[in-house]
Amino acid sequence: MELSREQIERYSRHLILPEIAVEGQKRLLSSRVLLIGTGGLGSPLALYLGAAGVGKLGLVDFDVVDRSNLQRQVIHGLSWLGKPKVESAKARIADLNPDVQVEVHREAITSKNALEILREYDVVIDGTDNFPTRYLTNDACALLKKPNIYGSIFRFDGQATVFDTARGGPCYRCLYPEPPPPGMVPSCAEGGVLGILPGIIGLIQATECIKILLGIGSSLVGRLIQYDSLAMKFRELKLRRDPNCPLCGDNPTIHELIDYEQFCGIPKPDEKKEEQQTMIPQITAPELKAKLDAKEDFLLLDVREQHEYDIARIPGATLLPLSVIQQRVGELEDHKGREIVIHCKMGGRSMQACQFLQSQGFSKVVNVAGGITAWSDQVDPSVAKY
Amino acid sequence: MTRNVRVQYFGILREQRGCGEESRETGAASPLDLYRELAGEHGFSLDPENLRVAVNDEFRDWDSILAEGDKVVFIPPVAGG
Repeated sequence: MELSREQIERYSRHLILPEIAVEGQKRLLSSRVLLIGTGGLGSPLALYLGAAGVGKLGLVDFDVVDRSNLQRQVIHGLSWLGKPKVESAKARIADLNPDVQVEVHREAITSKNALEILREYDVVIDGTDNFPTRYLTNDACALLKKPNIYGSIFRFDGQATVFDTARGGPCYRCLYPEPPPPGMVPSCAEGGVLGILPGIIGLIQATECIKILLGIGSSLVGRLIQYDSLAMKFRELKLRRDPNCPLCGDNPTIHELIDYEQFCGIPKPDEKKEEQQTMIPQITAPELKAKLDAKEDFLLLDVREQHEYDIARIPGATLLPLSVIQQRVGELEDHKGREIVIHCKMGGRSMQACQFLQSQGFSKVVNVAGGITAWSDQVDPSVAKY
Repeated sequence: MTRNVRVQYFGILREQRGCGEESRETGAASPLDLYRELAGEHGFSLDPENLRVAVNDEFRDWDSILAEGDKVVFIPPVAGG
């Protein structure tokens, strides 16, 4: 394959770098890279790898574009609201660089399809937003001996490294052998994230990807970059392979993919339903509306933080953030015999609050499934979604 | 015997501590003792086995020995993307 006139023009700034030159650019054009997630990290990754002329980009994401994505997911635009992220990204890359073949996988990556999808690519980039998928990506890459370029963000902090067990490097399990208990580490949807942060971390991942494909520079294998945007500091930590790692250690016990939801302690949908039915009763947002309209006697408790309450609230709700509920539970003493209906943003924190109050002898606690987000969607669209 | 250490917090711990970095005089002999001391004061939600500790830019065992002037960083997992 020879570069066309257009390609020579397009990639000229690469071609005049001796470290890349024509050979390197041809190598990029024949490379295959899989992006897991087309969100905050996946957006800059797809844009820059597409612009650089990576020949085949695979995009895995089951989600659709939401207005709240646009603060950081720079590959998507207003005209794609409600449409699949992978299609939005594919259209943008097609406009940017026709040399790039985009393969879309509009599905969640699972233990069933992961090996089949990953097999087709040279490098895998982890830009997902949850622990089960991170462990799944890690294990699948190690089993297939493919480099896994890892990046992760939360509020003002980011992490990046390269896991490459085929070259003797550590894996994600060497860094964090066990996932945190479910709900203990909030997601970006619950905890927030500085919009530029995925740009910085995603482009560290993109840089590592290009270097690995070209075989230049020294990679992040065995080094974890910990980034603090508030202090504007990059800290580098040496990361070693754990000889006792069940995946990449001296006597591995993991030889195939497992159930990662279960590994991360997330109940299966049917178990979840059963648990919630037996433990904490739940109502939907429209059911809450009906109770309010009927002027039933109950306390509506909002367990989000003050700054969230300032953004949007359900009329009549009393604020008592989950973060202080243990110290301030005394304030609810007068309501002990009453029904207490609890909501948060999406239903997770309110469930924790229900369980806590139940353990303190509040017998009639009810959780609002989907929280104020469901209220905006199903009852009152004038209440802002954030 | 007490020692002065520099402590840095990432992710959820930054929020729970209310700052990113501080100096601290402590009687804690190991990162584990130090974490337990801080967790007791600030109500950290994560157990030590759910996070990693680095001292002077190297990951360390929880029961290693702390020295005067050490830079201790607590690094919880983050999953956002």
